[in-house]
Amino acid sequence: MKVWRYGDDVNTDMLFPGKYTYTCSTPDEILPHLLEDLDPDFAGQVKPGDVILAGDNFGCGSSREQPVVGLKAAGVAAVIGRSFARIFFRAAINQGLVLVEAPEAVDAWRPGDEVRLDLDASRVLVGDRSFPIPPIPPEILAIREAGGLLAYARARLEKER
Amino acid sequence: MQSGGMTFAEKLLARAAGLERAVPGQIVVVRPDHLLTHDNTAAIIGKIPDELDRWGIVDPDFPIIVLDHVAPAASEKTAANHKAIRAFVERFGIRHFHDVGSGICHQVVVDQGLAVPGSIIVGSDSHTCTYGALGVFATGIDRTEAAALLLTGETWFKVPRTIRVVLDGALRPGVTAKDLVLHLAGRIGASGATYMALEFHGPGVATLDVDQRLTVSNMGVEMGAKIAVFPVDAVSRPWLEARGVPVEGALWADEDAAWARTVEVDLAAVEPVVALPHQVDNVRPVREQAGLSVDQVLIGSCTNGRLSDLAAAAEVLRGKQVHPGVRLLVLPASREVLTQALEAGVIQDLVAAGATLLPPGCGPCLGAHQGVLAPGERCVSTSNRNFRGRMGTRDSEIVLASPVTAARAALHGFIAPEETGEEAG
Repeated sequence: MKVWRYGDDVNTDMLFPGKYTYTCSTPDEILPHLLEDLDPDFAGQVKPGDVILAGDNFGCGSSREQPVVGLKAAGVAAVIGRSFARIFFRAAINQGLVLVEAPEAVDAWRPGDEVRLDLDASRVLVGDRSFPIPPIPPEILAIREAGGLLAYARARLEKER
Repeated sequence: MQSGGMTFAEKLLARAAGLERAVPGQIVVVRPDHLLTHDNTAAIIGKIPDELDRWGIVDPDFPIIVLDHVAPAASEKTAANHKAIRAFVERFGIRHFHDVGSGICHQVVVDQGLAVPGSIIVGSDSHTCTYGALGVFATGIDRTEAAALLLTGETWFKVPRTIRVVLDGALRPGVTAKDLVLHLAGRIGASGATYMALEFHGPGVATLDVDQRLTVSNMGVEMGAKIAVFPVDAVSRPWLEARGVPVEGALWADEDAAWARTVEVDLAAVEPVVALPHQVDNVRPVREQAGLSVDQVLIGSCTNGRLSDLAAAAEVLRGKQVHPGVRLLVLPASREVLTQALEAGVIQDLVAAGATLLPPGCGPCLGAHQGVLAPGERCVSTSNRNFRGRMGTRDSEIVLASPVTAARAALHGFIAPEETGEEAG
């Protein structure tokens, strides 16, 4: 498992350049360009189970969901950040990508530290230290448990119509 | 539970959710009045072909679809997207459809009288927050949420905390709403309003016309805000009524609402500013950047592409010539704006000065076409984002500015505060 550490105010143009937004929508099209203008090594080296540690306001800018779709498809286990931009935060809920707001955990990390997420116990482990993470509201948990927003909507429509 | 007054967001979300009141952090389930989508409609409906066959869309009057982001189409793929969207519109009898050339979705929503005070509009575009200028709870969502909304008409919001921005005094001549909102971004920061609402209060609000308010609200998201909202007042009410827009649903914060924070702005103290690469909150006075060279100038966009913006640029350039080392691109926000600007002679002045007129739409703002930059180039733009790579290559620079500052840069070939212009004039 690799930890990818990035700074503050990483915007959606760095995560997935705007010039691709109307030509790349599927995971296969997105993956080669993922984080292209932030870290040219990322797309070629990311492995399932990797974790991203982010600073403040990760994912600010456009309402572009390709970075979230790409990170989910790449198998990124979680993005743990000091804070997230709100559209990016919603997009992660909608795709079932795990985002965790844990500023102290991010600040505590040093190169070489393992990062593990224990959602059942609502905590992040950084090296041998443990940091609590906020509980998820039931409305949001229901979307994640359904497998994302579209699966959630589908299940509701099946029931109601 | 708190017992005092409510902010705009608390009051509006409570009403929409059928609740007595709503408090920050609470999740409410609402049915927005409209869903705005643009060229990304193709990707949105591509997520739900079987669901559309089975259940259709929730209501043909619910979506607003505007083709603007890569319009006219720049490639076979974008052309095919547009074609698929037209077929979708036809199939479900969608009434609010605006094809290539109508303009940028946010201006079209305003032009068409769809930004109804007190309503909720969500859009698969981050600058949906623009209609906060007219008292709309308007905010951006992603494509997947847009797809679910097409089917169900329903979504959830976390009730935001609110920053009260109190405006006092009036902007000095030559200082624009763009300078005001960049000044605010510099003070609040690119993440200073994340998850929050911005509410504009104070006597200075009445000095801002509707175009200026649209510029300010448009950039709310650049501070991370969910909404950036103005009251419906003696300035905007007649403007709305003249367009036949119902105003009865308008509402506003209580006097004793609990704001998370208050930011005070003396409008008379705001000076012309730019946002330097590559952050919207990297704000500096224009006078400190005099002489910074420029290869391209973009005047227009959903931030500054209205008649008053184009007229302010024409005022600087009338009877003069754009610097030979500069490409000036003019991007009217909509066909309605373009028509007004033609009638006022503004377009003629800009074209005579050497401007290239782009079709109403998003143009090069997101780096897709019509004026992308080469490595090493710098663009002064009246748009809303100067992120690295935004206009096509990571090795170029975007400086955000008002139409006045941008027009002066086009004239001189470099950033030029007012004095420079008079000397060169």
